[in-house]
Amino acid sequence: MRGFIKYLVIEFKLFLREPEAFFFTLVFPILILVVFGSIYGNEPNLFFAGRGTVDISVPAFMAIIIGMSGMMNIPMAVATEREKGILKRLRATPIQPGTILLSWVLVYFLVTSAGAILLVIAGKTIYHLRFEGSVLNTSLAFSLSTLSFLSLGFVIASVAPTARTASITGSILFFPMMFLSGATFPSEIMPEAVRRISNLFPLTYVVKILQGFWFGAVWAEQIRSTVILLGMLIAGIVISAFTFRWE
Amino acid sequence: MSIIQVEHLRKSYKETMAVDDISFQVEEGEIFGMVGPNGAGKTTIIECIESLRFPDSGKISVLGLNPHKKNYLLKEKIGIQLQEANLFSRIKVWEALDLYASLYRKSLDTRYLEELMGLREKHNSFVGKLSGGQKQRLFITLALINDPEVVFLDELTTGLDPQARRTMWKLVRDIQNQGKTVFLVTHFMEEAEQLCDRVAIIDHGHMIALDKPENLIASVNIESRILFTVKDFSVKKKLEKIPDVTRVKQQNEWVTVYGRSEELVGEVVNLLIQEKIYFRRLKTEQPNLEDVFLHLTGREIRD
Repeated sequence: MRGFIKYLVIEFKLFLREPEAFFFTLVFPILILVVFGSIYGNEPNLFFAGRGTVDISVPAFMAIIIGMSGMMNIPMAVATEREKGILKRLRATPIQPGTILLSWVLVYFLVTSAGAILLVIAGKTIYHLRFEGSVLNTSLAFSLSTLSFLSLGFVIASVAPTARTASITGSILFFPMMFLSGATFPSEIMPEAVRRISNLFPLTYVVKILQGFWFGAVWAEQIRSTVILLGMLIAGIVISAFTFRWE
Repeated sequence: MSIIQVEHLRKSYKETMAVDDISFQVEEGEIFGMVGPNGAGKTTIIECIESLRFPDSGKISVLGLNPHKKNYLLKEKIGIQLQEANLFSRIKVWEALDLYASLYRKSLDTRYLEELMGLREKHNSFVGKLSGGQKQRLFITLALINDPEVVFLDELTTGLDPQARRTMWKLVRDIQNQGKTVFLVTHFMEEAEQLCDRVAIIDHGHMIALDKPENLIASVNIESRILFTVKDFSVKKKLEKIPDVTRVKQQNEWVTVYGRSEELVGEVVNLLIQEKIYFRRLKTEQPNLEDVFLHLTGREIRD
């Protein structure tokens, strides 16, 4: 238990000392919120059913943070620790493999949540962000989405032979999703053909479920997104359990 | 009683037999060395003993435990320094010690260890900023943090300069003086000769010799060499008359005298002085483990 907490603290410090991950998870989402907010403001807009640009952007940008943690940060951190032999050295101590895995999940879950909370605080203080849903349902949807993408991150880290390929694979998956899933630009402004492609991206369902619950949806309306994200979570756990390598 | 027992250990990777039928024992309190060229199978053997790899067949017992059934229990009692392993570069020395100490049920005081290993002033430095020698000292410290009964050191001094290497050797002797058993793997023959009570020579997955270094050297009956430079080229004939001298070679001004007696140096120097032969740059070369390896395999160990 003592080992678990120390290891958790170390992983957390490592995240804070990694300027890129820190910037893109905690600072960058707020920056783009301010850019969008300063261009469009947050006035009620008929195009978004009477909500403002910031109102629909905050849950969408949460999807960016989730995607970044899962597809960029986790594969890079895990594959680097493996490539440098850090994991092998840890396995030479009595630490349980489960302790290491649980610490990673917990650290990146907390960091992703912190990014989302900072985004909400920025939205509230600068643009009087509106929230019409249930905090509990939104949090549950956020947790499901985050865990689902973290499990995808472990699959990428397991399958990629080196830290470099893990990083490239993550980028190839992340950037199209970031721009086409409705996370960066509202899907309402995209042509039909692009929207059809975006339905193939799991991140699209994160945007849908978060925006849905943000504006008061009930679970019955989010079955499709829930099933897809839950399926990805289970598949991710199973695949990485069979393919994960310590060295 | 033997601390480590290995019987008929075998391990292959795909087509290649990395370790082929190796058996030996390590006794309590000794520094046991395993030497051989890169790729000989040394790391595979040590990692099977450390419970980090599974052998294909054979029996291993470490401190009375089977490494593959009781690996968590065993890891509490042994200290490991791995050949190709590392630490996070963005953590500080004290954080690394603190973390690794917390992973064991029983651990030594990290401040005391820092002091002992000369890492005190590096307490707040990032691991990534340490020199090669400091990093190796940190790795040894981590291998000692749980006050282990056996310490495994794999290629401890590779990449270190001669001075840092000698510091490491002293640290290893200190570990032994604390009553611990040391299992050392190296491709560096001088290191094995200087440090080890007994040495196993490994080549192509086979153990080709196992004994005290001095016995290994004596067993192959290699001559000592004395080298010096002269201006007087008539010296060769005179030297060959010394009974203990087996042969003399001369190449330009360099003369090499071969012989097997302990008194060889004295006899040669006496003759040179009596004959008033002016000599310079005299050095002696005792047979060493490199010669033993060359004798046993017909190859140089150099990689």
